[in-house]
Amino acid sequence: MTLTISGLKVSIGEAEILRGVDLTVSAGHVHGLAGESGSGKTVTGLAVLGLLPHGSRTAGTIELAGRDLLAMPAKQLNAVRGAEIAMVFQDPATSLHPMVTVGVQLTEHMRHHLGVGRKEARERALGLLAKVRIPSPETAVDRYPHQFSGGMRQRIAIAVALACEPKVLIADEPTTALDVTVQAGILRLLRGLCDDLGLAVLLVTHDLGVMSAVADEVSVMKDGLVVETGPRGQVLTEPRHAYTRALLESLPGDDHKLPQEER
Amino acid sequence: MTLLTIDDLVVEHRTPGRPLVRAVAGASLTVAAGEVVGLVGESGCGKSTLARAVCGLHPAAAGTITVGGHPVTSLGLRSRHRALTGAQMVFQDPYASLNPRRRVGAQIADGLRTADDRTTAPADLLERVGLPRDFAERFPHEFSGGQRQRIAIARALAARPSLLIGDEPISALDASAQAHVARLMRDLAVESGAGLLFISHDLSVVRLIADRIAVMYLGKIVETGPTAEVWADPKHPYTRALLGAIPIPDGRGVLPTELPGDVPDPADPPSGCRFHPRCPLVMDVCLDREPEFGPVACWLHKPA
Ligand SMILES: Nc1ncnc2c1ncn2[C@@H]1O[C@H](COP(=O)(O)OP(=O)(O)OP(=O)(O)O)[C@@H](O)[C@H]1O
Ligand SMILES: Nc1ncnc2c1ncn2[C@@H]1O[C@H](COP(=O)(O)OP(=O)(O)OP(=O)(O)O)[C@@H](O)[C@H]1O
Ligand code: SF4
Ligand SMILES: [Mg+2]
Ligand SMILES: [Mg+2]
Repeated sequence: MTLTISGLKVSIGEAEILRGVDLTVSAGHVHGLAGESGSGKTVTGLAVLGLLPHGSRTAGTIELAGRDLLAMPAKQLNAVRGAEIAMVFQDPATSLHPMVTVGVQLTEHMRHHLGVGRKEARERALGLLAKVRIPSPETAVDRYPHQFSGGMRQRIAIAVALACEPKVLIADEPTTALDVTVQAGILRLLRGLCDDLGLAVLLVTHDLGVMSAVADEVSVMKDGLVVETGPRGQVLTEPRHAYTRALLESLPGDDHKLPQEER
Repeated sequence: MTLLTIDDLVVEHRTPGRPLVRAVAGASLTVAAGEVVGLVGESGCGKSTLARAVCGLHPAAAGTITVGGHPVTSLGLRSRHRALTGAQMVFQDPYASLNPRRRVGAQIADGLRTADDRTTAPADLLERVGLPRDFAERFPHEFSGGQRQRIAIARALAARPSLLIGDEPISALDASAQAHVARLMRDLAVESGAGLLFISHDLSVVRLIADRIAVMYLGKIVETGPTAEVWADPKHPYTRALLGAIPIPDGRGVLPTELPGDVPDPADPPSGCRFHPRCPLVMDVCLDREPEFGPVACWLHKPA
C-alpha cells in the first residue's frame, strides 16, 4: 500500500507547524525522514494517524489506497489506524500503557484486529518479542513496561506496532534508545518486513548512518517543509539543499570502520 | 582527584514471584573531577540502573559508591537529598524528568536555587542550550522531543552539580545539535571542575567528548581505557563488535552486522565469561571461569 501526503498543512493554535508537506511512502520501501529538531517530523506522523492535538487545523490530503485519511470520519479512521497503519512513537511512554502487561498489550490488538484466538495470539506475541531481541520472551510477556530498560521499552513498542501486521508503519526515531548492535537487528527486521511482506515504512531518524543503512528514499525537513527528497545515495552523497549539506558536514568524523556485510 | 568511585557494585531489581534481576553485577568505575567518562553498552545491560544507584535512587545490594568522598547509601529521603546535592542527572526519558504541570522556567529556577545562584535567570540557561528565552513561560507538553531534552539539560546544569550524569541526554536531538549540546555539557562540566558520566548509544558523540570510555556488557564493565586508545584498538570482543556495528552514512545501503546469538537475560546470566555464548573467540576457559580483572575483562587479555 502506498501512502501519499500532498500539500499537508497543520496549524496548532496560532502556530503554523506544517506549511505544505509532500511525501510518498511506497509499498516495500523505507522512506527516511530527517530534519531539524522542531521542524515537524513528529507532527507529520501524528497527522497521518489522526492523532493531532485538539484544536489543530489541517489542509491538504493524506491518501492511502485511494482514500483520503484527512477527510475520513473518526470511526473509520480508527479502524484504519488499528489494522493498516501503525506508529512507533518517539516517546515509548505514549506507545505503551504503564499498567498493562506487555503480553496483554501485544495480544489485545491482535485478537481485536486479526481475530486470532488467545493461544495463537500468545504464540505470536512471544515470536514478536524474540524478533525485537527481548531476552526470555516467556517471562517478558508477564512483566510491566517499567520493568524494562529504556531501549527494551522502545523495542516492545515496535513489537506492539507490528502486532497487527500493518501495511504502513510510521516509526518515529525507533532506534534512538538502542545500542548499535541491537539497532542493527531492528534495522534488519524492518528491512526484511519491507522486502518480504511489502511493508511501507516512514522512518523518522536524525541518524544519517541509520538512514544510509535502510532507507530507499530520503527526505529532509526544515521549518515545516520538506526541503529535499531523493534516492538515498543521491541525498547522502550529493545533497542539493544547504541544510542537508550542513547536516552531513556536522557529523563527527569517523575513520574507524570494521568490515561490514553488503546488502 | 577522584570524584566518583564505584567499587564492585551490585544492584538488583526484585519483583515478588519472579527471579531476581541482577542488573548491575559487580561493576567498578571511577570519574575524576574535570573528567568525562563515556559509558556505553548493549541496551538492557544495566547503565541506567548503575546511574540511578549513583544518585541514590536504587540501593546497592553489594559494593560501594562514593561521591566526593561521601558514601551514597540507599534510599531514605533525607540521605537521598544529601547524596543528590552534588550529583545531578539528566534522565533517559525527558518526558519523565520534567513535571508536566509546571512551567519550564519554574523548573529551571529550582536548580538555580539548589546552587544558590541569584544572578542567573532561567531564560539564560535556555539560551545556553540553544532555546528561545520565552520558552520559560511554557509547559513541557508544548515542545518537541528534542526541545524537552534540552530543557532537562538546562535544568540539571542550573544546579551546578559537582557530578553530572547524562543518561542518553542527547538521543532526541538532530545530528547537528547532538554534537553541539554534548560539547556544551562537556565544557560546562569541565570548566567548573565537575565530572561528567555520559551514557550514550551514540558512539561518535562519545568519541568526541569523552576522555575515557567504559564498555558495559550484562552488568559488568568489560573494558575501560582512554577513548582514543579504545577506538584505535578495541580489545574486548564485545567492544570490537560494538564499534563494528556503527552504521556509516555513505549512502550505500549497507546493513550493519548484528551480534550473533540471543540477547542474554540478566536474571539468568551465562556461566564463566558472560559474553561467551556470543563470542567469536570463545575458548574452553571462558565457559566456566569469569574473567574478573581489568582493564579488559577477557581471558585473551589477562594482565601479566
Ligand atoms: N501540542 C503542541 N502544541 C503546540 N506546539 C506544538 C505541539 N506539538 C508540537 N508543537 C510544535 O510543533 C513544531 C514541530 O514539532 P515536532 O514534534 O513535529 O518536531 P520534530 O521535527 O519531530 O522535532 P524533534 O526532532 O525534536 O522530535 C515544534 O516547534 C513544536 O514546538
Ligand atoms: N524496575 C525494574 N524491575 C525489574 N527489572 C528491571 C527494572 N528496571 C530495569 N530492569 C531490568 O534491569 C536490566 C537493566 O536495565 P537498565 O535500564 O539499567 O538498562 P540500560 O543499560 O539502561 O538499557 P538501555 O540502554 O536500553 O536504556 C534490564 O534487563 C531490565 O529489564
Ligand atoms: S573471555 Fe573468552 S568468551 Fe569472554 S570475551 Fe574473552 S575470549 Fe570471548
Ligand atoms: Mg519528533
Ligand atoms: Mg537506560
